[in-house]
Order: sequence, then structure tokens, then C-alpha cells
Amino acid sequence: MSYLVEIWLAASLVALAAGAVGYVVVLRRAAFAAHALPMAAFPGAAASSLFGFSLPAGLAGFALGGAALLTLVQRSARRDSATGLLLAGFLALGALCLSLSGHYAGSVYGLLFGQVFALGPEDLPVLGLSGLCLPILLWLGLRPLVLSAMAPDLMRVQGGQPRLAELAFLALLALAAGFAVPVTGALLVFSLMLGPGATASRFCKRLETGLLFAMVIALGLVWVALGLTYMTNWPVGFFTGTGSALIYLLARLKTV
Amino acid sequence: MTMTRYMSVPFPDVLAFFQSGPVQVALVLSGAAAIICGTLGLFTVLRGQAFAGHALADVSSSGGAGGLLLGVSPLLGFLLSGAAGVGVLELLQSRRVAARDEAAGIMLSAGLGVTALLLHFCLTGHGANGAAQAVMFGEMFSAPPGTALWACGLAGLCLLTLVVIARPLLLASLDREMALVSGVPVRLLEVVFLLLMALGVTLAAMTVGAILATSLLIAPAAAALRLARGALMAALLAVALGLAACWGGVGLAYASYGWTPGRTWPASFFIVALLLLFYTLAALGRRT
Repeated sequence: MSYLVEIWLAASLVALAAGAVGYVVVLRRAAFAAHALPMAAFPGAAASSLFGFSLPAGLAGFALGGAALLTLVQRSARRDSATGLLLAGFLALGALCLSLSGHYAGSVYGLLFGQVFALGPEDLPVLGLSGLCLPILLWLGLRPLVLSAMAPDLMRVQGGQPRLAELAFLALLALAAGFAVPVTGALLVFSLMLGPGATASRFCKRLETGLLFAMVIALGLVWVALGLTYMTNWPVGFFTGTGSALIYLLARLKTV
Repeated sequence: MTMTRYMSVPFPDVLAFFQSGPVQVALVLSGAAAIICGTLGLFTVLRGQAFAGHALADVSSSGGAGGLLLGVSPLLGFLLSGAAGVGVLELLQSRRVAARDEAAGIMLSAGLGVTALLLHFCLTGHGANGAAQAVMFGEMFSAPPGTALWACGLAGLCLLTLVVIARPLLLASLDREMALVSGVPVRLLEVVFLLLMALGVTLAAMTVGAILATSLLIAPAAAALRLARGALMAALLAVALGLAACWGGVGLAYASYGWTPGRTWPASFFIVALLLLFYTLAALGRRT
């Protein structure tokens, strides 16, 4: 398989997972959590280069740990403050690991803003697994995941457990975010989630169509971004970030 | 050699610490940031605007990167883009409170996208290898001395404005309807506060870096709100905690030179670690 096809495939898989998760993020109003969890994966990547364990393990481990911590603080009275602090703590830990590993200056940019052209064929199986499994899991659990945030009391009456649904949601979010970090960078995973998700939630009445629509938008966004990157040699993150905002603005003009 | 000497006789190094030019700049810069962020943070936490504060800090990074690229003062870059961020937030402002996070998040993605591009130009065009690190994680030890003076001036201005609007803003933060009914210009206050917040996170971004700036804004204030009674006590406590974390962090970063051969630990790491420690202690102390 040629090098460019590999990158195209990897980025598409990341987009599928991010788009699907992003839709649920928007419906659950968890934008800040979605911004914070990729940051939890950031020290995972830094630590894996410092201590020499495998990158996917570091990313997934730290992201899931972040999800667990985030669940703990969700109950506190000022949960956005706690989320912000958790985020800063993880980033600072990552900065420490990078500076101790001696690749500080070189790696910061790649880990924060993505290094899509540094991907290799060994990354594809993990990305494939997350890119295909996460949307399916989200599709299956879509109603409880959304209901638990919109009407937790209703869910409790029906015998469901909103806290469990929240934990499941954060774990899925953590996995989607964690595996996307090497592709789009910790800071810009978020742009693949929020823009498509918010746009889809404005247009689609049915949950299932919304999920699919968000995935389609994310996929289109990544393809355009990759194409433009190939032509200009500018970073992918610039195109996904601004493109995501542009889509959202157009959707807002159209619907309001 | 120097390492062992340092370990055994710490005293001469304390003197050297305060005589070092970069350290003096760092102490002044971080002190100004701590004072202004501590007080602004109280309102940020009370109003539940931590995400907006974080988004403004992230967006200001594009100005920091632009400043590096064009060779203007990073402080000016941070400031201009922070103010632009406030404008965008206001434009995207929605009547639905729930959409507030959405708007902040979208602005944040766009801002970080621009930062990615500008830093890319810094890295490829200028060979400025540490550009990403400097903007995102702060590099106050290499800030020019003039920046510290500007930072103090801005912090003073910001503090003065905050003192003037503190009472009506507190009312508007705790009970918006009540403030509206009693004729407080709530919308105006909210915009002014966002501008002040942009200024505050700018100074914090110069200190601990753009993506860590929120911690300086939120942690001291959140800890102080748990411990103190009354707004004034909370403000003083928040400032004290912020100063302790910043100056302690600068000191520890200076001392860390001997810990791992040849590599200092980043000051921002120590500052954030201390801030988190204070916050956790305050949270635990309150509960028991």
C-alpha cells in the first residue's frame, strides 16, 4: 500500500470515530470534557517515549485514566473549574515527561498539533479497530447515552443508571481522543469532534441520522484538509480547525 | 562538580537566584500574572466561565505565535488575539446558555488551527525550534525585561478596572435577574469582564504558557472560594495562593538544575503542580 493511501486511510478512520463521538458530545453538552480528554492522552504519548512502552498503550491508558478522574469530578459543584484544572495538570505532566526525555522542543509541536505524515503502517490496525468499533458501539448505545445527560431522572425512573452511562460515554470519548492524538494532535482532535457534531445536531431530527451525518461531515472535512495539506504543505490542523469552524458558522447562518 | 556543590551548600545559590536577571524578570512577570488572575479567577469560577477562560487563553496562543513569527513582542500578540477572541465570543453569543460552550469550543478550534499554521511557519521558515514550546508552555526565563514592566502596567490597569466594577459584577454573577432589575448594565459588565479575562490569561500565558494559563486563573480562586468567607478574604487568599505557586515554581525550576544532569525541569510544570496541590488540599480540607 502506498504511503499516501495509508495516511488517507488512517485519517479517515480517526474522522469516523471523532465524528460519531462528537455528535454525542454536542448532545450531552460535554464540549469541555471533549477538549480535556485528548490532553489526558498527551502525557501518555510523552511518557511512552520517555519510558519506552508502546504508544497506543500509553495513549489509551492515560486517556482512560483521565476519563476515570473526570467522572470523579463530574459530581462536584463547580465541574467546569475541576475539568479545567485536570486538563492543565495532564498537560503539565506531559511537558515534564517531554523535557526529561530531551525531545522537548521537537515533540511539542507534533503531539499538540499532529504529525499525520509521521504515521506508519503499524498504526493502522489500532486506528482501524477504534475507527470501526467506536461508531458501532455509539450507534448501539446512542439513546441511553443521550438520555442520561438530557434527562437523568427520566432514565432513573426507567431503571437505567445515568452514572454508568456517563462513565461509558467518557471511556468511549477517551479512546476516540487518545488514538487520534498522533494524527491530529491533542489540541485539534477536538475540532474534528465539535464542528461536525454541532452541525449535525442542528440539521438532523433523528438521533441515528445525526450520528451518520456527523461522521460524513468529519470524513469530508478530513479529506479536504488532507488534500489542501498535500497541495500547500501547510499543517493539517490548520485546515481541520478553521474548516470545522467554517462549517459550524455556515450551519448557524442557515438554521437561525 | 557544580551539582554536588549545589547540593551541599545551598546558601550562595539563594543569593545567585535573586541576582540572576532572567529570574528577576520571571518573578515580576509571574507575580503580576498571579495577582491579576487570582482576583479575576474568583469571578470566572463563580460565573462558571472556566471554559471561556480556557478558550481565550488557547486563542491568544495564535497571537503569541504571530508575535514570534513577525518579531513583535509576544505580549502584544497575545493581547491582540485575546481581544479578538472576546469579539468572536460576543458575536457567537447565543440566548441559549447551553450553546455557550459550543461557541467557545468552535472559536477555540479555529484559533488553535491558526496557531498550528503560524507555528509551522516559525518552525520551517525561521528554524525557531522551541517556538511551540515557548508559546504553549511558556518561557518566562527568556522574556525581555521590558515585558515585565509592561506586564506590571497592564496588571495594574486591569486591577483598577476590576475594583471599579467589582460590586455590580459580583451581583450580576450571583443573581443576574436581580442585577437586571436593579438597573445594573449587565451586558456591558459581561463584555468588560471578558476583556479583562483576556488580559489576565494573556499575562498567565506569558508565565506558564497559553494552554496552561487556565490553571493560574482557576486553581487559586477555586481553592480560596472553598476556604475563605467573604469576597475580600477570598480575593486576598486567591492572590496569596497564586503568588506562592508562581514564585515557588520559579524557585523549584531554578533548583531543579541539579536534579537531572543537564536538564532543568520546566517552571510551568512546578507552577501547575503546586496549584493543583493547593486546590486538592483545599477540596479535602473543606470536606472533612
